[in-house]
Amino acid sequence: MNQLNPAKDRASSQDLSAPGGVARLPDRFPDPGHPEHRPRQSDLDPAANKRAERQVVFLFALSVIGTLGFLVAYFAVPPGETVASMRLSNLLLGLGLFLAMFSIGIAAVHWAKALMNSEEKSEDRHTLRSNDAARAEAIEMLREGAQDSSIGRRGVLQGAMVSALLLAPLTVVVPLVGNVGEDWDVSKFKRTMWAKGTKLTIDPSGRPIKASDLTIGSVFHVIPEGLEEAEHPLDEKAKAVVLLIRLDPRDLTESEERKGWSYDGIVAYSKICTHVGCPVALYEQQTHHLLCPCHQSTFDVADGAKVLFGPAKRPLPQLPIEVDDEGYLIAQSDFTEPIGPSFWERLK
Amino acid sequence: MKALAARRHSRFAPTALLLLALLITGGVYAAFVPSTATASVATASDVDTGMKLFQANCATCHGMNAQGTKAVPSLIGVGAAAVDFQVSTGRMPLQANGPQAPAKTRQFNEEQTAQLAAYVASLGAGPAIPTEEQVDGSKGDSATGMALFRTNCAMCHNAVGAGGALSGGKYAPALWETSARNIYQAMVTGPQSMPVFNDNNLTSEEKRDVIAYIEAQRNGSPGGADLGAIGPVSEGIWVWVVGMGLLVGSAVWIGAKSS
Repeated sequence: MNQLNPAKDRASSQDLSAPGGVARLPDRFPDPGHPEHRPRQSDLDPAANKRAERQVVFLFALSVIGTLGFLVAYFAVPPGETVASMRLSNLLLGLGLFLAMFSIGIAAVHWAKALMNSEEKSEDRHTLRSNDAARAEAIEMLREGAQDSSIGRRGVLQGAMVSALLLAPLTVVVPLVGNVGEDWDVSKFKRTMWAKGTKLTIDPSGRPIKASDLTIGSVFHVIPEGLEEAEHPLDEKAKAVVLLIRLDPRDLTESEERKGWSYDGIVAYSKICTHVGCPVALYEQQTHHLLCPCHQSTFDVADGAKVLFGPAKRPLPQLPIEVDDEGYLIAQSDFTEPIGPSFWERLK
Repeated sequence: MKALAARRHSRFAPTALLLLALLITGGVYAAFVPSTATASVATASDVDTGMKLFQANCATCHGMNAQGTKAVPSLIGVGAAAVDFQVSTGRMPLQANGPQAPAKTRQFNEEQTAQLAAYVASLGAGPAIPTEEQVDGSKGDSATGMALFRTNCAMCHNAVGAGGALSGGKYAPALWETSARNIYQAMVTGPQSMPVFNDNNLTSEEKRDVIAYIEAQRNGSPGGADLGAIGPVSEGIWVWVVGMGLLVGSAVWIGAKSS
């Protein structure tokens, strides 16, 4: 109980605000003691006391009602099959739980505040340090224990104990290190599943795509053929997802070395943002802008997916595509640069 | 085509057209007799009335022959589905310039919309208005629809179709109020910023699955109030204002002395 007396508190704050008040600060503030005890209504008026008691009783009763309501709802209103019945069930169970628990809480607090003794009390902190006799006794016990175990003389026992203690943590450390750092093969971030001749297929159905399937303005979300047979399909998918877009070839600006990478206005870009690797897929058909939903990096699909806006630093990597004899879209090769966000060993 | 065009003024042309129309009507009716085919087939007079409606209401921007200008898209080859989508949601005719044409009260009734659609469809081949069967969400699989929606739609329209913002004042609208037919048409025609999802990308059945998924979202969330399903914004306001408010209030009450 460390409350300051309001009157004294005001006086000291005046001291502080006065010119040169700092100099007049006392070395030590005196303990202002308890504020004056002010009796409550329930202390003075028996009717108020009774009223407070009734309020507490009412709150406990409310909790009982909540519990009963919960039980009734549990049996009478099962979640059922429809969304509406699930929602009703959840609502009633939640309300019942809330009433049952919250009412007990406020009833207890109200009981303590309004009915129990309101006399201010202070309890001094005791020191943490044990007294000297207890400390000496503890040290003596430790010493006796060490002597009794005769650890100093039994060398083999000592060695066995130390070995056991040192080796035991390996049961925790080895799996941890194994799971986290087992794989230091950074090179796998530099390549994806795409290879020469891999068919472009629709995510998630896996149907191969013909160039003629894409009308102008079409967007296909693409995964490589055979993704499901990969050793870790999700890991591979996270790297290999591609967005396939057909533009009017007249809208397309292509650099000289990438002229052969598109097919009749169809371009394929990695869907992994070069900022922090979110899937970039908000495509505005009219402006040819591709937005990343995480941080609004904007790429111009019509112009090599160069960055127009946002925190991304590099254009999205382009997947070189061509058409096979049957008209299906296939990859010419893997991406020519690592996809996704930068990492320390990223080439180029 | 040239020979046909040369004879379009022949006095047999209306009869021939009428016979052709009857034949198509009968053929389509026979094809869709189990379903209630509302995709009624346009007659020559529909096309004619549609043309007049077009010239009176749309030609100012789209041109007398719907050829469009630099700023306004040509409507040749957009198909009946595009017209039905734009006009039945009230997006067209446009009333004001803006980043995006908003949905508003429709200005043409069902019949006039069909006539406009018939006229534009007669200008060039394009996606047709889907049949009742194609947009009947109850026949679709909402679980497959969810997988497709997550891959193709969720990045703009939100995971449960609550809509979201795009750049420069454009936005992807919420889908809960959109009719199944309009959802289908939007996929197949790619209105405004939206890309096209043709039948090679999402087959007709897959589009129906997507519709089934969106319709399943209309029942709300089994967890209770979804606060607009727009994620951290509304949920954050709720937690910080209501939740923290309650905690602070409780703490103040517990700490206050009883009077």
